[in-house]
Amino acid sequence: MENIELMLASAIRLAIPMAFAALGEWIAERAGTLNISVEAMMLGGAFSAVMGASVTGSAEVGLLCGIAAGLLIAFIHACFSHRLTVNTYVVGLTLNVLVLGLTSFLLVRTVPIQTEKLTIPVLADLPVIGPALFDQRWPAYLLILLIPLGYWLVHRSRWGLEARASGESPQSADVTGIDVNKRRRQALMICGVLAGLGGAHLAIAEVGTFNQNMTAGRGYLVIAAVIFGGWTLRGTLAGVLVFGAADAMRLALPALGYELNPQLLIATPYLLALLAMTFFAKTHRGPGALGAPFVRGIT
Amino acid sequence: MTSLATRLPAMFRLSSLGTLLLYVASFAVALTLATTLVTLSGHSMSDTVLALYQGSLEGGASIGLTIDQAAPLLMVAIGAIICARAGIFNIGQEGQVLIGGMTGAAVGLFLPGPGWLVLLLTLVGAALGGALWAGVPAALFYWRKVDVVISTLLMVFVATQLAFFAVNRDYLLQESGTGGTVLSSQSDLIPEAVQLPRLGEYPDLNVSLYVFIVLGFTLAVTLLLRYSRWGFRLRMLGHNPIAARRNGVRAGALGGGALLLSGGFAGLAGGMMLTGSVFRFQPGLADNVGWEGLLVALVARNHPLLAIPVAVFFGALRAGGGFLASTGVPRYLVSIVTALLVLAAVFPAAYAEIRRRRRPATAVAGG
Repeated sequence: MENIELMLASAIRLAIPMAFAALGEWIAERAGTLNISVEAMMLGGAFSAVMGASVTGSAEVGLLCGIAAGLLIAFIHACFSHRLTVNTYVVGLTLNVLVLGLTSFLLVRTVPIQTEKLTIPVLADLPVIGPALFDQRWPAYLLILLIPLGYWLVHRSRWGLEARASGESPQSADVTGIDVNKRRRQALMICGVLAGLGGAHLAIAEVGTFNQNMTAGRGYLVIAAVIFGGWTLRGTLAGVLVFGAADAMRLALPALGYELNPQLLIATPYLLALLAMTFFAKTHRGPGALGAPFVRGIT
Repeated sequence: MTSLATRLPAMFRLSSLGTLLLYVASFAVALTLATTLVTLSGHSMSDTVLALYQGSLEGGASIGLTIDQAAPLLMVAIGAIICARAGIFNIGQEGQVLIGGMTGAAVGLFLPGPGWLVLLLTLVGAALGGALWAGVPAALFYWRKVDVVISTLLMVFVATQLAFFAVNRDYLLQESGTGGTVLSSQSDLIPEAVQLPRLGEYPDLNVSLYVFIVLGFTLAVTLLLRYSRWGFRLRMLGHNPIAARRNGVRAGALGGGALLLSGGFAGLAGGMMLTGSVFRFQPGLADNVGWEGLLVALVARNHPLLAIPVAVFFGALRAGGGFLASTGVPRYLVSIVTALLVLAAVFPAAYAEIRRRRRPATAVAGG
């Protein structure tokens, strides 16, 4: 019982940074950008969060710096792929290389700074789910606000309708007067903010310092989660939880005396995403113009 | 994805003075940014450039190193170009290189026989391994319409874990240590007979034979793409899949074949690195060759011949990066410079394209 409680808490803790980024990635993908640079956004967010926090001595400023870094990367990506209409994968891959290089190049030793834990009094004592849900670093609770807000933005607001139209059928959206590339840029920048926050949460709230390549492919996991979830928010978040659980199991099982192949557990998220795409291809359809640059006129 | 392939030749045609100036300007900006970064972090730019030069171009040994680094990049790029011409975007070369190295190592280690034959079979095995790894996305695409970009990307991470799995199992590829030693996560050295002999061991010239193989492939692919029926169909498929289908091009066979070929080239690059320089399989064998080879293809705008100088340039950066340590500059500078140069290389053409499109009259006149 206690093992399950520990495991669940660990799974949630590992899933939270990815959940921020996954929310952003979901919004960007619904608007038609398969945003590979989410890895760069998370890594850049983590790096500048730690830098900001160690310069100012305040973890909160660090979080803001992380958001700013994510936004900056998103801005560069958006300019290249939705102003200049350069292929988005090219830009994404290049940005990943760039940010990994930059953060490794500029790496310096910093003073560990962490945000406060926010333990919700009575609820945190609940068995099994208590520590997992009600005993986290405080930025984690932002998710409670951000997830409904993200859902509302995409599915209930006019902006979201236009953004989804830009992802589904840019030509038709353009004909009805929607500025397709603008919507895509905006969605990408929202993704940058959220992914930067996710990276900052990972660095400032969970770990406290920055290590070289500390996101270690979490951005790609986030992409896999969106695909696994069939481009629905519910599925995406479920995917993030499953991937967090796989990660938690990889870390915890050897200590508990179980033998399970660690390589298989690391590969599980990617295999699950592939399987989900293969078997739900008919029902779980992605945005029609995912990843294709939009150019006005007959192409 | 199709529009990528269709737009690239158009971008290539723009070679007016303005575009040229734009190229110069954006490379200048990229290099200025890199210089600023180096200077701000307290190092000397001239020392850095000197180290990069010494590591990549000064003397025969360095030039040989550059060429050795450029060869697998070019190999990967050729495969990426074939794929992109067919309108398919394969971004999983990193995994395909790794799996190629792995299957190659398996053949090279366990197959008995005369050295030259095993070497040949090792390379074939490497190419088949890479093709197999690209074949999964190809099958998923033509069977279930799974997006190639996503599946090839996901397969990269599966490949890494598969490699780690193989080198941590003594019944698979892990090295056989003599009792009591801690086994590392790598395979045994492949037999000397299976290692490719180098082209002379002169101090001034030390190049692996693979250069010629790669150049041969590059030339062949250039000619085939331009003059053969296969190349024509491939380009037709890339430019307009619907027209291609009306004209009797079987998209599954041709496009899937292109994807397999691309994986095969990447796997062969892995096999080349295995038998030409590393000599044992490690999970880090691919060492970004897949990603950078893809970038070579993109910077070269999917022209095989143009990929040669680009690959040499990237290879020089990789070779020079090894020398950076002497100046105290972290070698990560190389990846920063690479990324900045890629952005600088895609900017002018895209910008010119946008400008051209904003003037309707010339857009019509220019086609």
